[in-house]
Amino acid sequence: MIHASLKELAAALAAKSISSVELTRLYLDRIARLNPGLNAFITVDEEKSLAAARAADARIVAGQAGPLTGIPIAQKDIFCAAGWRTTCGSKMLENFVSPYDATVIVKLEQEAGMVSLGKVNMDEFAMGSSNETSWFGPVQNPWDRTRVPGGSSGGSAAAVAAALAPVATGTDTGGSIRQPAALCNLTGLKPTYGVVSRYGMIAFASSLDQAGPMARSAEDCALMLSAMAGFDEKDSTSLERPAEDYSRCLGQPLKGLKIGLPKEFFGEGCGAEVMAAVQAAIEEYQRLGAEMVEVSLPNSHLSVPAYYVIAPAEASSNLSRFDGVRYGYRAPEYSDLNDMYAKTRAQGFGAEVKRRILIGTYVLSHGYYDAYYLQAQRIRRLIANDFVEAFKECDVILGPTSPSTAFRQGEKAADPVQMYLSDIYTIAVNLAGLPGMSLPCGFDSQGLPIGMQLIGNYFDEARLLNVAHGYQQATDWHRRTPAGLE
Amino acid sequence: MSQWEVVIGIETHVQLATASKIFSGASTAFGAAPNTQASPVDLALPGVLPVLNRKAVECAIRFGLAVDATVAGKSVFARKNYFYPDLPKGYQISQFELPVVQGGHVTIAVGQGDKAYEKRINLTRAHLEEDAGKSLHEDFHGRTGIDLNRAGTPLLEIVTEPDMRSADEAVAYAKALHALVRWIGICDGNMQEGSFRCDANVSVHKPGTPFGTRREIKNLNSFRFLKEAIEYEVRWQIETLEDGGKIQQATVLFDPATGETRAMRSKEDAHDYRYFPDPDLLPLVISPEWIDRTRADLPELPQAKKQRFMAEYGLSSYDATTLTASLETADYFEATVAVAGKASAKPCANWVMVDLAARLNKEGLEIGQSPVSAAQLGGLVARIADNTISNAIAKKVFEALWAGEGVSADAIIEQQGLKQITDTGAIEKLVDEVLAANPANVAEFKAGKEKAFNALVGQVMKATKGKANPQQVNDLLRQKLAG
Repeated sequence: MIHASLKELAAALAAKSISSVELTRLYLDRIARLNPGLNAFITVDEEKSLAAARAADARIVAGQAGPLTGIPIAQKDIFCAAGWRTTCGSKMLENFVSPYDATVIVKLEQEAGMVSLGKVNMDEFAMGSSNETSWFGPVQNPWDRTRVPGGSSGGSAAAVAAALAPVATGTDTGGSIRQPAALCNLTGLKPTYGVVSRYGMIAFASSLDQAGPMARSAEDCALMLSAMAGFDEKDSTSLERPAEDYSRCLGQPLKGLKIGLPKEFFGEGCGAEVMAAVQAAIEEYQRLGAEMVEVSLPNSHLSVPAYYVIAPAEASSNLSRFDGVRYGYRAPEYSDLNDMYAKTRAQGFGAEVKRRILIGTYVLSHGYYDAYYLQAQRIRRLIANDFVEAFKECDVILGPTSPSTAFRQGEKAADPVQMYLSDIYTIAVNLAGLPGMSLPCGFDSQGLPIGMQLIGNYFDEARLLNVAHGYQQATDWHRRTPAGLE
Repeated sequence: MSQWEVVIGIETHVQLATASKIFSGASTAFGAAPNTQASPVDLALPGVLPVLNRKAVECAIRFGLAVDATVAGKSVFARKNYFYPDLPKGYQISQFELPVVQGGHVTIAVGQGDKAYEKRINLTRAHLEEDAGKSLHEDFHGRTGIDLNRAGTPLLEIVTEPDMRSADEAVAYAKALHALVRWIGICDGNMQEGSFRCDANVSVHKPGTPFGTRREIKNLNSFRFLKEAIEYEVRWQIETLEDGGKIQQATVLFDPATGETRAMRSKEDAHDYRYFPDPDLLPLVISPEWIDRTRADLPELPQAKKQRFMAEYGLSSYDATTLTASLETADYFEATVAVAGKASAKPCANWVMVDLAARLNKEGLEIGQSPVSAAQLGGLVARIADNTISNAIAKKVFEALWAGEGVSADAIIEQQGLKQITDTGAIEKLVDEVLAANPANVAEFKAGKEKAFNALVGQVMKATKGKANPQQVNDLLRQKLAG
């Protein structure tokens, strides 16, 4: 049962072979037993979860259940959920209980009837690629407990990989869904910018942030995205488009599909074992009838530098509200107003957050704005144009998700640039606003999962999900689970 | 030694008359208990996002059209970053590089009588932004309270070119702008509540030389303070320069108690606001159709109305300016003329500007609260024009209307028997009686004393209780005395 698909869980709930309360209890017990080591969850509230499960059971009995009603979910602690402590992985919000629900929470819990198992760990304010910047401590990778699960959605990835939850929400600003999905053998989708509402999702870099599902299969992701997506009048950057059934293309043959292979993603810098697994996936796709096309993303080498100007610039402003005045952490002692600001922010934020606030403040400063911020925005347009050109030649783009498999805790923590390079293949997708996925495509010699990335054209999530689904029908990498977590 | 020339530019924060805030659904009503009108967006809770109020944009378009400016097809909201306890997000959403209103001008009328002149004040721009909350320093025993009810209230910041040359011009501009924003219905104009706040940039220089260094006087919320602050600042700058000193660029505050300005911060500690486009808001796109719809919905503007009043009713420039000081006054005047007839436009103007204005002023009422309606006043003027009553009687009728003694001038004239006596026979009879009863006055008049004639007129008018036509009485008396 703990490794069942969302469809199978829904069928079991509909057949009343298990109730939502029983299913929720099952996961809560696993969390109680396994989380103390994994540290995937920051906040668990059994009473709240069980109350939601009882409400879901009532809906099922009343015949008002949807495809996700009664299914438990782990929520990344970046989504404000009314009555739940919402920390964003930071000391700054250690005791912040949100008075309101994010739109994603409304859609998944109130509307779809999913049951929150609690709030999962993450890099502080989603800034990190290893989940080591969390104020609530690092998360273990269920495949090797000495290694990182990736980040920033590391708690989401570890929770699903260890079957502490059947599915989780994540957010992705530069790869924060795809990279941990790759490192934990999950399927994760970052939708087109504007498809999922950002209202109530604590902002890191507003023009890049996008929420999406982290699950065991493309099929599960499609079900989840159908519930999460949709126009929201509370988010001005949300796109006014008709609702979509993202499962509608699943099962369509891949014959004739044109897959673009950017030559820049197959050069130096990628680990040999990762590259070999991706090559094997390419051969699998060829067997399924897809055609490979070489494409080029000539400006992709500029994506990491452009990202590390734009994202910190937006973050430096987005995080100004954490000033100790209205909510959140306030330094216990201070001499005057400026001292209160300085001490509150010095004590409340961790090193990586402070580093990015400093970078962001610098690049927006008078005299530097044109050289950094405006220049980075120009590069951003060039990168987006590269994709527009590439999609004239192909339907989807394929490459590695991350240059390496899961690294050891502490291995890159002291070297921010090495850490930043772990997102080298994912960042361009955020800069362009395109949908991107990571899905399992093998294991390295140490038994660590390898992920490949699929990138779609704008609003082409349904096709992208089918391309992933077709591969998952032919392979079983995504079905493998880590040992020792029974 | 040549004279100093004063150079003034004004920035005005106009609070827009929308029911809800510029980026949230919270109410903008004034005077609620602290923090009761602050939504999660106004409180800047984690995760919240701004959504632009369409009504606020409409106000900006109305203003742009009213001052003959360019309403930008695309403008951009930017974040102005700084820390202050009453600024919840740590940044203010404003417009920086691409404002919604660009250019435009306001015509001002300065001075009275022979010294009166008109002047065109050019605008640089007007942009939309949100107001901050308020820091409350009283009642907290050494601590500071924060009220975020005002946070997110929509403002239109209107910036002029440095086109004004005296405190009087600055005040005339502020008054003209104040009247205009109320005229087009985008601001309630309540200065005590902070709906209309001016910052004045003041410098002095010798004509023919570059502009001097300016100092900005912040937050002037009355026309009197604006005048006093500028006059003090100008005196201070001239004295400083004539004493060999230099003006440092600075932001200053005006203290109404002492009538002085004092520096708040100098240029050195000016903020670097790190403006950048707000990624939470799309560029504001205003279609030509939206502009056209708004234009069609605009009332006739003060300048156009003034010109029309002069052409259509033959009014002087002064009268037309006075009557177009507010839309309510202009509408009242036209409604009066509609009843009295165009031929009585000038007397209507006089009644509205003099008698009615004085009476309203005495009672502290706005024209919209006048107990005498425009239709009633028009009816009264019509009875003067057709000689039913004299001006003197008309004032009595006006008072009766004010007191609510009758529904119309006609009703009061009828009820109180105030109709003018125009029957020559009746007046002639009274004249004969007065002449017979006052032989002394007659003798004096015949001896050349003109005063005695006036006394005789007075006697006849008294006998008719003022209802005789004074001209008719005059003519008859002269005839009889000459005969």
